[in-house]
Amino acid sequence: MIQADLTVILPEIVLSIYAMAALIGAVYTRKDGLGPLLVWSTAGLMAVLAIWIASQPNVTQVAFNGMFINDGFARFAKVAVLLSAAVILVMSQDYMSRRGLLRFEYPLLIALAAVGMMMMVSAGDLMSLYMGLELQSLALYVVAALRRDSAKSTEAGLKYFVLGALSSGLLLYGASLVYGFSGTTLFTGIIQTATHGEMSLGMLFGLIFLISGLAFKVSAVPFHMWTPDVYEGSPTPITAFFATAPKVAAMALFARVMHDAFGAAVSDWQQVIVLLSVLSMFLGGIAAIGQRNIKRLMAFSSIAHMGYGLIGLAAGTEMGIKAMLMYLAIYVTMNVGTFAFILMMERDGQPVTDIDALRQYSRREPAKALAVMILMFSLAGVPPMLGFFAKFGVWQAGISADLFGLVVASAIASVIGAFYYLRIVFYMYFGAENEDQLDTNSSPVLWGALMASAALMIVGVFYQFGVEGAAAAAAATLVN
Amino acid sequence: MIGLEHYLTVAATLFVIGIFGLFLNRKNVIILLMSIELMLLAVNINLVAFSSFLGDLVGQVFTLFVLTVAAAEAAIGLAILVCFFRNRGSIAVEDVNVMKG
Repeated sequence: MIQADLTVILPEIVLSIYAMAALIGAVYTRKDGLGPLLVWSTAGLMAVLAIWIASQPNVTQVAFNGMFINDGFARFAKVAVLLSAAVILVMSQDYMSRRGLLRFEYPLLIALAAVGMMMMVSAGDLMSLYMGLELQSLALYVVAALRRDSAKSTEAGLKYFVLGALSSGLLLYGASLVYGFSGTTLFTGIIQTATHGEMSLGMLFGLIFLISGLAFKVSAVPFHMWTPDVYEGSPTPITAFFATAPKVAAMALFARVMHDAFGAAVSDWQQVIVLLSVLSMFLGGIAAIGQRNIKRLMAFSSIAHMGYGLIGLAAGTEMGIKAMLMYLAIYVTMNVGTFAFILMMERDGQPVTDIDALRQYSRREPAKALAVMILMFSLAGVPPMLGFFAKFGVWQAGISADLFGLVVASAIASVIGAFYYLRIVFYMYFGAENEDQLDTNSSPVLWGALMASAALMIVGVFYQFGVEGAAAAAAATLVN
Repeated sequence: MIGLEHYLTVAATLFVIGIFGLFLNRKNVIILLMSIELMLLAVNINLVAFSSFLGDLVGQVFTLFVLTVAAAEAAIGLAILVCFFRNRGSIAVEDVNVMKG
């Protein structure tokens, strides 16, 4: 019995034992020089686990009396989380080493956060949901404050900690109400009590608190206020990590809770998600216009993108979940490339985040400028690029669920949002000459990530490498 | 006779005090940590009350998990706060303002 359960969570066990063993080993040898080695070995292990999970047969396995579910949906999210975390780790190695930030804890904290995220997307019970979420959050609070001697980084860590703890509190309060009024913490038990029209007031309150807590984690408006400050204050590779893997995990967890535990009462939560989605898209689009700092700009961009992703969830259908998963996969790919470029923005070896530094960039670096232009068009959702098809997918799902207002609002918001992406392109190609030039040298890893991501934005339109099929299969296992 | 609703009322009151403590406090970050702790403990009262009312032990198991995580969370919060103090020489909430967000 326990043997079978342990086999189901073997990937999580392997990763957490690796993290703990490496931590003990590094502490006993007291060598920060182990940092680069650990970055590569952690990234390698994550990639291996991703391949392992992707190659598992498409069956639903349940462990620990329903607390842990390993189905197609969880596997899709886990592969996305592990691959993006591995790529971000590899990308960050050069940046972190040169600034003396590559302590051996960094890759291990990322590994532990990844274990937490894998728990989250597989949660089948309010307890495993909470434990996964906290394992992820506690590791992320620490990495946000990784640059201990910087006022900005520690302030980012402190803000993230306080607001993250608040959101955990809201989520827990919701969980306690749901437990009290349904009599169980298992999602399979909750769904039998939470049927449309028969939900007690306590259940509804619990549901709303749960949604608020989860909305904090996906940084949906009105629970977004931590995002810009945390993105700006954290070291750039960590911002890149925040913008990719945790977003996928939190959205997947959101979908998991809504469908597995409250799937019989779609109309009770649909309106709330619609509201979160509309507010996120508009605030993300409008507030980013005034930003000159590219990291803050990407923070608002991620808020807006989570809004588009939520359209798929609001649809409450299998098609919606499939569109949401596709959206997340494409969003992560775009963000990896964009942050590879932001990591390359340096002047005399110092990181630059001001978008004015990009003026006339295309003259000196035509290849990189072209790649960034493709990524910006894709982020904005300009038709020939993959980003447009991501939006198109969620719109289709929205229309088939009769959410016409939401789809129209999101089209308007995406036009507003296009302005600030296109401004970056405008600066690069037509901006006034700037005497302070960015450095032109760049590490091959970052260059490769940027070019690969930009190429995928074009190639992905014709060939999706099986991602679309996997997303469809994943959605089918979640919604039934 | 003290029933379930009395416990729920106490827990709800403590939870709201915790939230207000987070948002209205302008003085000290330590008070923020205390407010967070208050919120989590309110949740624990809720869980234990429901557990006893339902005659189901799961709620108390959940409480033990919450207590453990709350301890870890407080440790991490204080560690980050110590780093912050070293940089800024203050833990007043008004001084958490290098970035405006």
